[in-house]
Amino acid sequence: MWIILLLPFIGLLWVPFYNQAEPSLLGFPFFYWYQLLWIPVTAFLTWLVFRHYHKGGEE
Amino acid sequence: MSGAINWTALSVFIFFFLLITIMGFAASRWQSRGSKRSELDEWGLGGRRFGTWITWFLVGGDFYTAYTIIAVPALVYAVGAYGFFALPYTIIVYPIVFAIMPKLWEVAHRNGHVTAGDVVYATYNSRPLELAVAVTGVLATMPYIALQLVGMEVVIQSLGLQGEIPLFAAFVILALYTYSAGLRAPALIAFVKDLMIYIVVLAAVIVVPMKVGGYGAVFHAAAEGYKAKGSGSLILSSAQFLPYATLALGSALAAFMYPHTLTSIFAAKSPNTIRKNAIYLPLYTLLLALIAMLGYMAYAAHIKVASPNQVVPALFESLFPSWFTGFAFAAIAIGALVPAAVMSIGAANLFTRNFWKAYVNPQVTPSSEAKVAKIVSLVIKLGALAFIVFVPTKFAINLQLLGGLWILQTLPSVVFGLFCKKLGGRALLLGWFAGLIYGTWTVFADGIKPVHTLAGLTVYTGLWALILNVIVVIIVQLVLGKNAQSAPARA
Repeated sequence: MWIILLLPFIGLLWVPFYNQAEPSLLGFPFFYWYQLLWIPVTAFLTWLVFRHYHKGGEE
Repeated sequence: MSGAINWTALSVFIFFFLLITIMGFAASRWQSRGSKRSELDEWGLGGRRFGTWITWFLVGGDFYTAYTIIAVPALVYAVGAYGFFALPYTIIVYPIVFAIMPKLWEVAHRNGHVTAGDVVYATYNSRPLELAVAVTGVLATMPYIALQLVGMEVVIQSLGLQGEIPLFAAFVILALYTYSAGLRAPALIAFVKDLMIYIVVLAAVIVVPMKVGGYGAVFHAAAEGYKAKGSGSLILSSAQFLPYATLALGSALAAFMYPHTLTSIFAAKSPNTIRKNAIYLPLYTLLLALIAMLGYMAYAAHIKVASPNQVVPALFESLFPSWFTGFAFAAIAIGALVPAAVMSIGAANLFTRNFWKAYVNPQVTPSSEAKVAKIVSLVIKLGALAFIVFVPTKFAINLQLLGGLWILQTLPSVVFGLFCKKLGGRALLLGWFAGLIYGTWTVFADGIKPVHTLAGLTVYTGLWALILNVIVVIIVQLVLGKNAQSAPARA
């Protein structure tokens, strides 16, 4: 399960994946909206791992 | 730009500055629940009682600093896409925080550790390694504090105020309330600061594209600007791929080794407080990405500046009414105070625990320990102020670059012990030393550049140094074998 936390590293550190202008979204070149998209995705993946392992823990 | 004093902006600026000053002094009563305020746990870690919300604001406030708000758009303005490495950096940092920091917090909490140096000494029973980690922390933090002052100086000058007096005044205020309230002061001020920054940035990212015709126009204007200038671009050149990725990775690994970020982590109430923050803190990264966009908006708004650092203030002045410009500048200046306060506290904790207590007065009582830390936090801030007044800014920026490289070399000592019990202090010390010397020497040999080419690969120099560091640790450990292990000093 924790292995999904490696996805942001692959998605963001392998630059050729996303170093292009097209397709653009709302005026943003791909390079920008692709990286921005990883912000909620990473938070979501982290939440999944948290829910899986630590939910019962005290705050 | 500078020259005439903008009275409306200045009045708003002063109002908010006074507001947070009052909050800073009031903070010593906040959350203290009548506990003994004289101990270092109270002054330097806020009593280790910060829950999810406070931690969110505190880490957000001291990780995304005033210097970031000035420097990231400045870099983007100057070079384009390459300046955006801060974005992947501040995304991948959170899975790292999620995986490592709750474990580190548990070790610190169980044994009453206040600093990374405490953790290292208890784990490896090595005074030299403890000192190495502590000295690295203090050295890496000093230029960082100095750069916060640069951020503040930029907005104060943009308000039309000349000379060093305003900066002195702001700093004396900061020093006094940090002295009296400790970590609670920046934690409380961070609420106000962060809300102000959110308002300013949201206004900017909505108003600016509206005025210039949408984000498509912003990117188009920036692309034209780089074409006219003959350098910079909206996407990376293939030669920038590896520097971009390795700067992001290296910075992410180093980020939570700094005394100020670790201090906010240790001040959390529970491991789940930290885990939840790893989920919620990326909201600040969204903010940072939007802040970085200001560098492109400057092209769309036809801003002309003498130095890239002026981009953000110049953009606000040209787009917003005076009162909102004052509000925005106050947000940036207060944004400098929060990290500067936490940094000086983190560095003071290191000095007190890992130098004063270790070498000068091992019998120091908890209350005189706090007294020493308070005085040291003053000295550190004065040092940073002297730095900014007497030393060229360029030098502080270079030192901050080196500081990141240095602090990254403490990662094996601080973190590896959480996952692997087989390492000894001597191996880690030699690895730290090798990484530090190699990295510093390489940066100087390259003419103070963040990346170094080795075997055809251009990689963040700090990461090269870390690789060497880890190789040395492994080799020394294998050679020394079991002899290198030492029993923990404090169970």
